[in-house]
Amino acid sequence: MKKPPIWFWQIALLVMIFIIWHIATSPDLIPPIFFDNEYRAAFFFGEPAKIFNAIWVWFMSGEIYPHLWVTLQETLLAFAIGTLLGLAVGLWLGLTPLASAILDPYIKAMNAMPRVILAPIFMVWFGLGIWSKVALGVTLVFFIVFFNVYQGVKEVSPVVLNNARMLGANASQLLRYVYLPSATSWVFSSLHTSVGMAFVGAVVGEYLGSAKGVGYLIHQAEGAFDINTVFAGILVLTVFALLLDFVVTFAENKLLKWRPQQAETETT
Amino acid sequence: MATALSLTNISVTFTGKSGGGGYTAIKDTTLNIADGEFVSIVGPTGCGKSTLLNIGAGLLKASSGEVKVFGEPLIGLNQQAGYMFQSESLMPWRSALANVTAGLQFRGVEATEAARQGEQWLERVGLNGFGNRYPHELSGGMRKRAALAQMLILDPKIMLMDEPFSALDIQTRQLMENELLQLWETDKKSVVFITHDLEEAISLSDRVIVLAAGPATHPIGEFAIDLPRPRDVAEIRMTPRFLELHAQIWHAMKEEVLKGYAQTKNKVVA
Ligand SMILES: Nc1ncnc2c1ncn2[C@@H]1O[C@H](COP(=O)(O)OP(=O)(O)OP(=O)(O)O)[C@@H](O)[C@H]1O
Ligand SMILES: [Mg+2]
Repeated sequence: MKKPPIWFWQIALLVMIFIIWHIATSPDLIPPIFFDNEYRAAFFFGEPAKIFNAIWVWFMSGEIYPHLWVTLQETLLAFAIGTLLGLAVGLWLGLTPLASAILDPYIKAMNAMPRVILAPIFMVWFGLGIWSKVALGVTLVFFIVFFNVYQGVKEVSPVVLNNARMLGANASQLLRYVYLPSATSWVFSSLHTSVGMAFVGAVVGEYLGSAKGVGYLIHQAEGAFDINTVFAGILVLTVFALLLDFVVTFAENKLLKWRPQQAETETT
Repeated sequence: MATALSLTNISVTFTGKSGGGGYTAIKDTTLNIADGEFVSIVGPTGCGKSTLLNIGAGLLKASSGEVKVFGEPLIGLNQQAGYMFQSESLMPWRSALANVTAGLQFRGVEATEAARQGEQWLERVGLNGFGNRYPHELSGGMRKRAALAQMLILDPKIMLMDEPFSALDIQTRQLMENELLQLWETDKKSVVFITHDLEEAISLSDRVIVLAAGPATHPIGEFAIDLPRPRDVAEIRMTPRFLELHAQIWHAMKEEVLKGYAQTKNKVVA
């Protein structure tokens, strides 16, 4: 007999989790174990059937799309701006030792600062629209990309560098054909983390104050003690993040073909 | 004959980063390579061969002494020279073809023309069909050959080669050596060829220079190789004159090799 593929088990596990969740939270299936009241479990943990119903209604009525769209926009903008800034500053500081020596403590301090605290300040600066969320995401993405690019510039093989110089590369060609490709490979290795951070920035920003976005939906539902809608929002966000991650993996495989990986062989 | 590359009274002292005084790798070395001459440099490991080549390439500034290229004092990089490095020097993010054509690209040669020449050079070094492989998909020897093509495509007047063929098997190596000799005989470039293989040095060169063991290395012997040209590197090794030269140079080197080995060993113990 053929063994079922791995995704079969993954799906089976997911179904299992929902079934157990359902059984444990339904008021009338089993007697309450931890709670003195059969409705308590549902109050704290929601009920899968109602959660899926909420999601169903969101997508059928189309109510969710504008919110998803806003969250996606914020994520992508934060990612793009943060990456470009990180790339530029990382290249600059990587190539100018004096500037990097002077700025070193400031960068360490800014990176150590818990940036979620900045969210209210960004709201004052950029308003309740998407830009305050983008700003929060940028502060998160920037440092990841920056540190990776900085490292990438420092770790360009001196032999490769000298070889390019001997082949006649001038300063700007070195930047474009040696430092940049080397740094981009480091950016890509941090891509999963930085896309994730852009997403976190967007959702947290929405959660703390906005009129649109999935984070906002969750915040509203929490205000109404509507636990099922809260979980519905979380599920939607999770699937959304997973999809983003797939896209990243795809882009990575396309763009980093040159990187040595575990050698792959064909069996005949 | 004109002098292509001349190093006069070169000394190199590396600053000691881990405390203590600096390390003098090269002391008072004078070296002249004539235009069109093929010179090999042999010497025990760690004596300063690569360092000397870096000086000639302009990648490293000598602590004292003078470098001249075709009579002109060298400022900055040596534009007349191609350099084949001892360690991996290909850009890992570029395919073999893109690596070979890099120099042309830096000079602004149009892309299709560069690719055409690149394909030609890949074929000459026996890499046709491997143009779109990335360096990590090539064998060590293939990478060396790509690096050779990368240097030769620019047609440099002076070729600085740091143990270029040491990663190759003996057959491929002799093929490449013959190819190099042919290239060199057709347009008489000046070659500074570093190797630790004395047979390779003798069979290729007009002159073999033996360096002393470090620190403070300097040439301790210079041998003109009066073997007839054109040569076939495999056949020339059988001739009596070759064996005679080999015995002579080996005798001069032996002491230095043992010295160099003893020093490396002591360094590790100390
Ligand atoms: N950047 C550096 N800083 C300090 N010491 C150095 C540096 N580069 C080389 N050296 C030292 O100078 C000496 C000569 O090094 P070099 O690389 O020129 O040797 P080599 O003759 O090419 O050896 P091999 O045959 O093993 O390649 C060595 O003792 C080495 O430790
Ligand atoms: Mg060396």
